[in-house]
Amino acid sequence: MIEIIISASVLVIIALLCAVLLTVSSVFFGVKEDERFGAVRDCLPGANCGACGYSGCDGYAKALVEGKTDNPNLCVPGGDGTACEIGSIMGLAAQDVVERVAYVACNGSCPIDERKYAYEGIKTCVAANLAYSGDRFCTFACLGYGDCVRVCPRDAISINEERCIAEINPTKCIGCGLCAKECPNGIIHLINDTSRVVVKCNSHNKGAQVRKVCINGCIACGKCEKSCPEGAIKVVDNLATIDYEKCTGCGTCHDVCPVKCIHVGNFICGSHFE
Amino acid sequence: MDFKMLLYILLMGVFVNNYVLNKFLGICPFLGVSKKFNQASGMGIAVIFVMLVATAVTWPIQIYVLDPAGLGFLQTIVFILVIAALVQFVEIVLKKFIPALHKSLGVYLPLITTNCAVLGVAINNITDGYNFIESMFSSLGVGLGFLLAMVLFAGVRSRIENCPSPKAVQGLPITLIAASIVSLAFFGFSGVLENLLGIA
Repeated sequence: MIEIIISASVLVIIALLCAVLLTVSSVFFGVKEDERFGAVRDCLPGANCGACGYSGCDGYAKALVEGKTDNPNLCVPGGDGTACEIGSIMGLAAQDVVERVAYVACNGSCPIDERKYAYEGIKTCVAANLAYSGDRFCTFACLGYGDCVRVCPRDAISINEERCIAEINPTKCIGCGLCAKECPNGIIHLINDTSRVVVKCNSHNKGAQVRKVCINGCIACGKCEKSCPEGAIKVVDNLATIDYEKCTGCGTCHDVCPVKCIHVGNFICGSHFE
Repeated sequence: MDFKMLLYILLMGVFVNNYVLNKFLGICPFLGVSKKFNQASGMGIAVIFVMLVATAVTWPIQIYVLDPAGLGFLQTIVFILVIAALVQFVEIVLKKFIPALHKSLGVYLPLITTNCAVLGVAINNITDGYNFIESMFSSLGVGLGFLLAMVLFAGVRSRIENCPSPKAVQGLPITLIAASIVSLAFFGFSGVLENLLGIA
């Protein structure tokens, strides 16, 4: 019995010494972390998407606390609410967040049964794109192997099997832009979610060439350019391009487009629904 | 002080009694952190550091506290307690005074607080009957051996990653097979040192 007591007490004494050592050292040597860091980090959504331009939510919170940036509105997924909260913690004026939303600039109207060649490599867009810009007839087309689906943090992208293209559900999209960075063809674009009109084609080929492979591709006829009352749409490098600063979303271009590659719709970003 | 004996103990730890490849201690960090050369060497240096500190503290505790009181059976639990507390203390001090070192070692320190290789070297120093200086050399040797194994294996793994291997052995299985081959190579060192240094 006495042995148990001795051994237990020796252990307790050693543990106590260790505890005292650690407590004293944390009091004397402890490094204080900025309390605001935790508070700022808590208001960020934690998606670690990198839309703010930092390495993740931790990186953005750190930059704010250390005064490397004074923009509380860089978090796109968090939206206005997060910007206000961060502003009040950091004592910065909250600015309105411009919500962004991504769309795929391809209708996928070139044939999917017939391919340029039989691709049997790894099923990713990056790999397929290395071989003659993919197996579809249009070199600008969405390849539909789903690289963007895999990076999306909100499960907003799905593959439309019928036309073999990626489709983005704007109500789920938080505008982080990860898919736009991932797409090897660069056909995913980010627009402000107040926009109403998009050009669903990314082909810079001449009209006749586009027409051969795709029924919905932009043939650069210039009808939209002539009809637009605001002068917001221009054919640049064989592709209709919208200047969103001028566009009012009237939809005239959609009505006159002979190949129906200009779409009108609602792109209200997912951040509004949270 | 027998210099030859110290050299023998040191080289034993590095090559012949390599803890990872011969005694199979510390396999977890060996497989976990050996993917990249930088991480592997950082981890190895942190292990050397912790082993030296741990031995410097546990040896006196065993000889001057536990043995006189007849409490040798408390060895394992006391060593774990002391090493864990000590590593925490070192981490706090490093963070305050040498932030640069803390940044490079800091991630690995909590990982190895009670790593079995660290505990193993502390206990083996006692069972082998080493004195304090010999214990320190033994720890240094074992730590260097760990670093050597990590760095060698990081090279092996980076070659494996670039080679097509059958689907059944991809990932961990091929890593374990490679580890066993590297381990076999280290078994070749047994007996070399005794003849080299003339120790019977």
